[in-house]
Amino acid sequence: MNALDIAYMWDLVPVIAGYIPLTLFMALVSMVLALILSAMLAIVRVLKLPVIDRGVAIFISFFRGTPLLVQLFLFYYGLPQLFSFMTNINGVTAAIIGLTLHFSAYMAESIRGAILGVDRSQWEAAASIGMTQGQLLRRIILPQAARTAAPTLMNYFIDMIKGTSLAFTLGVTEMMGAAQKEAAGSFLYLEAFLVVALFYWGIVEILSVGQRRMEQYLGKAVAR
Amino acid sequence: MSCNIEISGLTKRFGQNTVLNNIDLCLKPGERVAIIGPSGTGKSTLLRCLNFLDAPDEGRITLGDLKVDAARASKADILALRRRTGFVFQNYALFANKSARQNIMEGLTTVRGWPAAKATDRANQILTRIGLADRGDSFPSALSGGQQQRVGIGRAMALDADLMLFDEPTSALDPEWVGEVLDLIRAIADGRQTMLIVTHEMQFAREIADRVVFMEGGRIVEQGPPDQIFGNARDERTRAFLRRVG
Repeated sequence: MNALDIAYMWDLVPVIAGYIPLTLFMALVSMVLALILSAMLAIVRVLKLPVIDRGVAIFISFFRGTPLLVQLFLFYYGLPQLFSFMTNINGVTAAIIGLTLHFSAYMAESIRGAILGVDRSQWEAAASIGMTQGQLLRRIILPQAARTAAPTLMNYFIDMIKGTSLAFTLGVTEMMGAAQKEAAGSFLYLEAFLVVALFYWGIVEILSVGQRRMEQYLGKAVAR
Repeated sequence: MSCNIEISGLTKRFGQNTVLNNIDLCLKPGERVAIIGPSGTGKSTLLRCLNFLDAPDEGRITLGDLKVDAARASKADILALRRRTGFVFQNYALFANKSARQNIMEGLTTVRGWPAAKATDRANQILTRIGLADRGDSFPSALSGGQQQRVGIGRAMALDADLMLFDEPTSALDPEWVGEVLDLIRAIADGRQTMLIVTHEMQFAREIADRVVFMEGGRIVEQGPPDQIFGNARDERTRAFLRRVG
């Protein structure tokens, strides 16, 4: 058995590092879109808007009930069969759509819980001074719910970064895809995948530190 | 008696249970009316119906030129009604993400569209009036119960409402804070502000109200000047209630 080829691993570092921007790009875009979508889904559920509420419940159930990989394949390989405009969809776009829909289903449930966690009397107080439902959500309820949901949403963002590695199955060369290609040429699978694993770990660790700082800050701000 | 606020035939049911049964009430400008009665008798529901926090099933609410038919109240009717009535909650219900000053300003900036500077001036006047001029930047979590309720009253005052509704404003307070809140209500009950106060503080009701309404079982049993209700009630149910609490 050969020892780990450390020199080869060093050579891989800049190669893999070159794909960090793409990985972060996919994760960030998906996160921003998922935040917007999940907030809308959560509001529909909280207000129990007739008809759409039912649709949203099914949407959430489906995207939480099926694997992300299956969803990605469905979008990238499956749907173009039905919709011809989707044949030209590229892997990055398909991955962003898949990650957005998948994670917004989870995030919607967290946000919904956080909204319901805001004392009911504050809804009434806001209504009593004549605020519309939109105003009271935007000004009073959502800012408080956001603080409650922030730590959980941050966890989903970390999951999302790791989830971008699945884009490689759609032919996207991101960090994981690059490692796979390198390994296929050198046959040094352990080295290549170890390097990419350390990269993911490093990124997630950096974010976790940020998350702890944020929680401390928010903890102070919402102390009751 | 000329009413500028008139409630007629107001009825509210929760399922099979009729909580408010055909309530008629008329308030003259500046009049202070206290509502007393046993728990679970519809006093708070009456106030909540006047602000549509609970939607009444039947009846009419007239506020000056605003006439709302409960059975077919539109969203616009409800907003208009809320913008002309101030509501003070038993548990204060301050906005936890806003400072005392912002709590008071919110109805002026967001609802009325006042510019921030004008609303800040008005909020500062109110903070002085409620004795919290130095606590404007404090968040509710940093205020005592009594201070929070004073901000709650300030928030309702900012609306310059035609009618202020007080829903047991001292019931959730520790005894040590009750006095300061009652003092504040006395101070704003200057004869110009029309008020409807649900309270368990009989002494306070007697002293502040122009008229006392006794409710039981979702109906108004009797009403009259405080001296008459407390000293010489006509209805046996009123006398029985006052013996129990007095």
